[in-house]
Amino acid sequence: MNMRVSIIRRVVSRIMIPFMQLFGLYVIMHGDSGPGGGFQGGVILGASIILYALSYGLDSARQRIAEKTSDILSSTGVFIYAAVGLVCMLIGGKYLQYNVLPIGEPHFASHIGILIIEIGVGITVAAVMITIFFETARKDERVEK
Amino acid sequence: MIDLVMLFLLVVCALVAIHIKDLLGSAVLLSAYSLIMAVVWTRLNAVDVAFTEASVGAGITTVLLIAAISRTARGEELMPRARHVLPGFVIIVVTAAVLIWGTLDMPDFADPNAPANLHVAPRYIEHSAEETGVINMVTAVLASYRGYDTLGETTVIFTAGLGVILLLRGRKR
Repeated sequence: MNMRVSIIRRVVSRIMIPFMQLFGLYVIMHGDSGPGGGFQGGVILGASIILYALSYGLDSARQRIAEKTSDILSSTGVFIYAAVGLVCMLIGGKYLQYNVLPIGEPHFASHIGILIIEIGVGITVAAVMITIFFETARKDERVEK
Repeated sequence: MIDLVMLFLLVVCALVAIHIKDLLGSAVLLSAYSLIMAVVWTRLNAVDVAFTEASVGAGITTVLLIAAISRTARGEELMPRARHVLPGFVIIVVTAAVLIWGTLDMPDFADPNAPANLHVAPRYIEHSAEETGVINMVTAVLASYRGYDTLGETTVIFTAGLGVILLLRGRKR
């Protein structure tokens, strides 16, 4: 696969990927004030890695994000989400009742809590998208060699 | 007018995607379907849904379908022509009639007196910003009012990834 990848695709994706990732992070962080959120931002982040894999080959992409890293990340996101809920309970609120979090006034605490779980959603979605693509596309690469 | 044109294109895309024998073409048509659908959502002022439709439906799903096609076969296997067409036809007609009959009871599109617009919607519109601290109502509903559901959805995505790892990674060597 590596031999067949054209230089145009490599150069274009090299220019595009940083902007895609920046936009993905922007969408995750601005889900509270505009369209988007953890899910959409995570998909965009995952897509940027998939674009890298499509233009530079799976092996090269796996060097950037190891199998182990994406596995750990995909469970980390869910853990962050569930842990925020547990922390709320430990402080004395209900599960996922963000406004009891000890970060300033309830209004602000709720905002921050939502931001944290959006980040968790984004991490899991991005990692799972990468995993599904890599596991599905891998066989071809081996056959072609 | 533009809405009718887009709905027409949607139906055409869906029908051709079913009929075409080349699965790669089918995947690309589904991607086009999702892109048109994203525009329809935008026209309905559902920007968050449009965003998801464009990124997931038109983007990732297409890539994953193409990856799956590249792993299996590009052509569709021709099934022998079914001999008993009539029972299937009757079932489809009856089901469609029941579904259309069911829509007659639904409130009109954008009816301000529809139950959905009288019960929780005013509460979200009036109080979500002060209760949750975020100004995007969709995020407020997803992350705060329906926080359990979103946790469940995230878990479902994680489980999907886990399933793919367990099913496909084992065949590595």
